[in-house]
Amino acid sequence: MRSNLILAAVVAFVVLAAGSVILPDWAMFLFAMALAKGLVCLGIVGMMRGGVVSFGQGLYYCLGAYTATLVANSFGVSDIFVLTLLSSAVCLLVGMAFGPLLSSYRGIFFAMLSLALSMVLYGSLSKMSVIGGTDGLNIAAPTFLGWAPEGRTLQTALYIYVVAIVVIAGALMRIYFDSERGLITLATRDNELRVEYLGASVRNVMTYNYVFGAVLGGIGGTIAALALGHVDPEFAFWTTSGEFVFVAILAGYLSVPAVFVAAIILEMVRSFSNLYFPNTWQLALGIFLLIVIVVLPNGLGSLVNRRKGNAA
Amino acid sequence: MMKSKIGGALAATTLIAGMAGPAVAADDTFKIGVITFLSGQAAESFGVPAWNGGKLLVDMLNEGGKLPAPYDTKGFGGMNIEVVIVDEAGGATKQVQEFRNLVQREEVDAVVGYVSSGDCLAVPPVADELKAFTILYDCGTPRVFEDGSYEYVFRTAAHATMDNVSLARYLKSRNFDVPSFAGLNQDYAWGQDSWADFTGAMKQLYPDAEVKTALFPKFGAGQYGTEISALLREKPALVHSSNWGGDLQGFLIQATARGLHKRSQLALAAGDHVIPQLQNKMPDGIFLGARGVNGLAAHARGGELKELTDTMWDAYEAEYKTFPVQAPFRMWQALFGLKTAIEKAMADNGGKKPSSEELAAAMKGLSWDAPSGHIEMVLADGHQAIQPNAIGTTKWNAEAGKMELVDVEYYDARCVNPPEGMKSQDWLAQGFPGALCN
Amino acid sequence: MDLAATILVDGLIYAGWLFIVSVGLTLVFGVLNILNIAHGSLYAIGAYASASMVGAYFALGGEAYPYGSYVAMILAAVLVALVIGPLLERGLLRFFYGRDEVLNVLVTYAVFLILEDIMKLIWGVNPYFVYEPYTLLGDVEIGPLFYVGYDFAVIAAAIIVGLAVWLSLNKTRTGKVVLAVIHDSEMSQTMGVNVQRIYLAAFMAGTFLAALGGALTAPMISVTPGLGVNVVIVAFAVVIIGGLGSVPGAAIGALMVGISRAASVHLMPEAELFIIYFVMAIVLLFRPEGLFAKTQARKI
Repeated sequence: MRSNLILAAVVAFVVLAAGSVILPDWAMFLFAMALAKGLVCLGIVGMMRGGVVSFGQGLYYCLGAYTATLVANSFGVSDIFVLTLLSSAVCLLVGMAFGPLLSSYRGIFFAMLSLALSMVLYGSLSKMSVIGGTDGLNIAAPTFLGWAPEGRTLQTALYIYVVAIVVIAGALMRIYFDSERGLITLATRDNELRVEYLGASVRNVMTYNYVFGAVLGGIGGTIAALALGHVDPEFAFWTTSGEFVFVAILAGYLSVPAVFVAAIILEMVRSFSNLYFPNTWQLALGIFLLIVIVVLPNGLGSLVNRRKGNAA
Repeated sequence: MMKSKIGGALAATTLIAGMAGPAVAADDTFKIGVITFLSGQAAESFGVPAWNGGKLLVDMLNEGGKLPAPYDTKGFGGMNIEVVIVDEAGGATKQVQEFRNLVQREEVDAVVGYVSSGDCLAVPPVADELKAFTILYDCGTPRVFEDGSYEYVFRTAAHATMDNVSLARYLKSRNFDVPSFAGLNQDYAWGQDSWADFTGAMKQLYPDAEVKTALFPKFGAGQYGTEISALLREKPALVHSSNWGGDLQGFLIQATARGLHKRSQLALAAGDHVIPQLQNKMPDGIFLGARGVNGLAAHARGGELKELTDTMWDAYEAEYKTFPVQAPFRMWQALFGLKTAIEKAMADNGGKKPSSEELAAAMKGLSWDAPSGHIEMVLADGHQAIQPNAIGTTKWNAEAGKMELVDVEYYDARCVNPPEGMKSQDWLAQGFPGALCN
Repeated sequence: MDLAATILVDGLIYAGWLFIVSVGLTLVFGVLNILNIAHGSLYAIGAYASASMVGAYFALGGEAYPYGSYVAMILAAVLVALVIGPLLERGLLRFFYGRDEVLNVLVTYAVFLILEDIMKLIWGVNPYFVYEPYTLLGDVEIGPLFYVGYDFAVIAAAIIVGLAVWLSLNKTRTGKVVLAVIHDSEMSQTMGVNVQRIYLAAFMAGTFLAALGGALTAPMISVTPGLGVNVVIVAFAVVIIGGLGSVPGAAIGALMVGISRAASVHLMPEAELFIIYFVMAIVLLFRPEGLFAKTQARKI
């Protein structure tokens, strides 16, 4: 089982990394953004497996991005590994603070509370002109353990970094999903009360899911900020979180690769839309979402698992 | 099996991505990417008029011979001008992505864009990273070149300091008494910088004036009921606002309905662009600027540039049935500047299509004529322009059925812009050293 | 004038607007158990429809009877409810009744995306202005301050709407049937109530109220795409604070949010944006069902 996973991870890495050779510049940037955002969606999927949908992952996406930017600008740190670690640490702490609080909520209230928290961050950042307010901040290009690439090399380095993180995170989350806590999460989705009666702590499991979501959100935000070169409070606005939820629904909670495929699809659509169909792409997305909800309630991932004949 | 799914999906997307790649612009074509607001509240006041003006000028240039010298040559140095237009709406993060698409996917030779100060702060580092020649044609925050320096980015219009210093000087020369004043500005770079510049200038010209309150409603708020109550309560002699677009229209309608303009003098740093929409709903007696000698002030100016100004004015009015406000003027000065820079670079490199580096070298320190006046790139080591300004007072002409600007005063570029090497805030704090006013 | 009184008046004006905008949301949740994210889009459609109606009214010679423009505005809201209400409810939402609440949120999110673009396709991307109704009701002088009569008309409208909704729910026969459906739709159905019709009526009422909010706001602002995006969040805050499904709760929530925002603008403008969401988060943390929620028996 494990070796299968490791093999899959290696192959995925090779396939994605090949993109750095085949893809033109703009496509590599697009894939890097999509994969970074996919990390956030992976966190949402982790929570979705337990039956809760977070409409406020933008909180950690924004927190990670701003942490990296502020550290880079105030202390001159530009090493991407250090920045990623720092943002993950900050998001871990915040996630551990909010996690126990949020793990007692379900359904609408979980969604609304997570949304409220991310909007509080949005509101506070928008008014703090000392850190840019609504204009946001710029962040310099990252360095990789002392190496400071430029141009296409920089893009390639960033892309490979994202691919590596995605593959590692994806593999780790798959292991988590198949672990005891991961399976209890699935059971909670079906019937929470029975899980409690069987002796497992639902709160404990939900907190774990939330904290993982927070860390993944922070890493995604950091990489997105470094790829773009810019952050602003919009990262925490509810429509940003809504897009992450869209990808998570599209992907479904059954398969990890589906999350990243869905994220790439959304980025592609968004990238071409402004030039070719600026006034109808949201319409298309909305209809698409409805179709997915009706026809594929378990998302794209269910297409894969159906073939396998699994009862996940 | 999962891998084959991923592989299949990736292969498909790569194929589509590859097929969507555009043809590189040929050597007899110069491709520019124009980015401005085509939707949302900035569209009607800035983006659409600017693009209308730009479209018109590009057509006139591609035809050749329609403009007075030195702009009578065809296109840009004989090359046909091709334009890709992109909507600026959606926020700075989206614009950074669009910029990359324009440069890397559409492979434009130059980018001309950006109305929003927020976008103007986010894009330049990316422009330098991609080595893409970029002209910021409209945005006003002084921070772009005061807080950073860029090799490939140029701004062909003067920044907000000019608007607010001119406004303060206008008050002084009109002998307007200002015991107190207040401000209502949008809460982002443009609004904050405008207020900082205005208060800095006022401190020099009216040192005893008291600042009653400074309000910063959210950009796009649209509803100012509570803020107007606060202003009515405080009773300042003057209310300053750099609001623009839908925010300015909303503010003016709501403020005049409640009589704010009768109680306090309204001074609008960039207000001329709402005249076509508001018409006689705009009250008389408001002091306003057009961020340069644009619009009505340009039409009234005459002088050496009369032929060029009238050619563009008449063409615009004929095509769009309304007179051009500030936005098309700034697009014109950017395009005329680009044309001058390209032709200079071609003269230097033997007639070939210039690269980004050659363009940057040509644009640095350049000066040229436009309907707004004589534009000179003298600040920020040749990357930031200065230009003359004009402030006037609104007066509705009932017989002619249109709004006019009366009591217009013109200011030299070097009177209302900081000198090279000095930050605007320092220039204001030290009392405008080096200013050359007549 | 006393600062406190100014804050109160400004707060009331904002609260009146907030109430009209939010009461539809809470009603729809109460009856149909759907948290409608597209509520903001319905508000925006109301604003656009109102702008178009008033524009058409004046173009067709309405200058003679300017007060007719108010009728045009209300008519616009009614039209929106009659057209879009059944379309959405019968055409889409009824297939998802009884499903998980969060799923319904996602469905309404999809509707929000769709409606945003439909608005752009129908009305274009340029702003609409219809200022005449705003200035028609003259000025009102309170101490040294001037307000527009229109602002107070909005407060009056909010009170009328609130009373109308409360009275029709509690004092009419149909209203009591609706209350029964809110409490237990299955039971009501077995008692012979046509629940499908109640759902349709409630959704249309909610749509009308959202559109009315937009219609009343249109003369004050420039109507542009993206209008609904900010409004829906504020409406959520009000509804969560007051309790989902409670009409008096929406009124209290509107008052709380309105006055705290007015106080913030006058006293501490930097906090203005975040205070609304902060109050919403606090209420959710300590009393998630809101201040006036309907009590729910727990079903196992």
